[in-house]
Amino acid sequence: MQQDHIVEIRDVSFGYDAARPVLRDIDLEIPRGAVVGIMGQSGCGKTTLLRMIMGALRPSAGSVRVLGRDAAALDRAGLFAMRREMGMLFQFGALFTDLSVYENVAFPLREHTGLPGEMLHDLVLLKLEAVGLRGAAHLMPAELSGGMARRVALARSIALDPRLILYDEPFTGLDPISFGVISRLIRNLNDSLGATSLIVTHDVQEALGVVDYVYFMAAGRVIAQGTPDEIRASREPFVNQFVNGKRDGPVPFHYQAPDYAADLELAAA
Amino acid sequence: MPTDQLRADLRARLERLGSAVTGHVWRLGYAARFLAYLLMHSGTALRRFRLTVKEVYFAGVLSLIIILVSGLFVGMVLALQGYETLQRFGASESLGVLVALSLVRELGPVVAGLLFASRAGSAITAEIGLMKATEQLSAMEMMAVDPVARVVAPRFWGGVISMPLLAALFSAMGIFGGYLVGVQLIGVDAGAFWSQMQAAVDLRHDILNGVIKSVAFGVAVTWIAVFEGYDAVPTAEGVSRATTRTVVMSSLAILALDFVLTALMFTGGNAG
Repeated sequence: MQQDHIVEIRDVSFGYDAARPVLRDIDLEIPRGAVVGIMGQSGCGKTTLLRMIMGALRPSAGSVRVLGRDAAALDRAGLFAMRREMGMLFQFGALFTDLSVYENVAFPLREHTGLPGEMLHDLVLLKLEAVGLRGAAHLMPAELSGGMARRVALARSIALDPRLILYDEPFTGLDPISFGVISRLIRNLNDSLGATSLIVTHDVQEALGVVDYVYFMAAGRVIAQGTPDEIRASREPFVNQFVNGKRDGPVPFHYQAPDYAADLELAAA
Repeated sequence: MPTDQLRADLRARLERLGSAVTGHVWRLGYAARFLAYLLMHSGTALRRFRLTVKEVYFAGVLSLIIILVSGLFVGMVLALQGYETLQRFGASESLGVLVALSLVRELGPVVAGLLFASRAGSAITAEIGLMKATEQLSAMEMMAVDPVARVVAPRFWGGVISMPLLAALFSAMGIFGGYLVGVQLIGVDAGAFWSQMQAAVDLRHDILNGVIKSVAFGVAVTWIAVFEGYDAVPTAEGVSRATTRTVVMSSLAILALDFVLTALMFTGGNAG
């Protein structure tokens, strides 16, 4: 059964210094073929967890197994070998601004394969067609809208047919049409490529429509998990506040502050 | 009590000073390790030389206008000032020698280096810094491509190759400017201007030493530029600070290196 998990995280804790742990006792698994979401407020540790899966950070305790490897024990060459089987979509696309759309998608192919020009050309057009932007191949990144840039970046991240695709806040700053396009693409590409996907996001409502399973994080811990329906029906106060976008709840509206009256020096008057 | 206060204050100051010093030394060590890593991972930049040629275009060819125009004016001013002094001693025919030696030994490498630092060095830092701020370098890492090998090394070698060529063009243009003012405008004899220059400028002692200087400045400026860009805090403010640091640090490095190199190159002969 273990082989069926593309990502397996056991008892992971992490902190930049011992006094302030960012992640605490995280247990998480991503089955092959699934689209899994990690959700939570900004600063809850989800990006740190993502960086750990990418192999950019090592856990202080526990184990992180990704694509059958112990991500924490890999040297740089091993890490690069693992990353060749992964694709990653960054929050704002992170396209290379000095290269055209075509060259951006061709970049991983040129760097990692010795494919002849014609085959490379066909592959690039195939990937761009998959995200609906074959006609934009000649444009520069500065000429694209936010949604288009995200789709080009998606085409680039699937250029090498990855087994695991990671999405860092893929819905941030998108208009409703682009959002619909991106969320459909995430699902379709995952299923057609036979890949496994992990979405890290705070756009809960949008993401719940795409994912198969959700891990909910707060203050460095997984506080709830389940299918989208289970999460929507969750009675856990934090999840409830978050999913329904309530102003007040376990996360207070007001940032911690001294007494209001005292601050305005009303008490003395 | 005041003594305790004084002691605590002194201690805090000393601690700040110590931490600033160790911080600078640490950063210097980091920059040296970065250079060593860069040199070890220069294979891609040299194997796929097209990447480096592109950077020679950005650092070198696009700096041509400022270098050539500045060279022309520096040469013209040198001729005016030089003639003024030389003619007092009846040595105005030596104007060519004065212009050529000043340019080839000193002004060519130094002024071209300073211009290169502000034109190309700042651009390199800003570009790498912005690539970092917009996660392009992280994206490259995630695609299992080493950004030092793919982005930094070609820019480093592009700068190192461009700098001596720019310094040579600066000197050539300066000599031409000196000729225009000295011979065409003031009326110094053209034969004397060129033949004295030819006799006095030594290939190894003057020209080669000038080239060595310009290579040293090229390495220093481009090293500082790529390091500052790669190490920049990935925000708008961080990139702006890094760009300023590149120009300031490279200018100081050029002037300090110039003194050391000049002392090594040109004082040994006189002493002997």
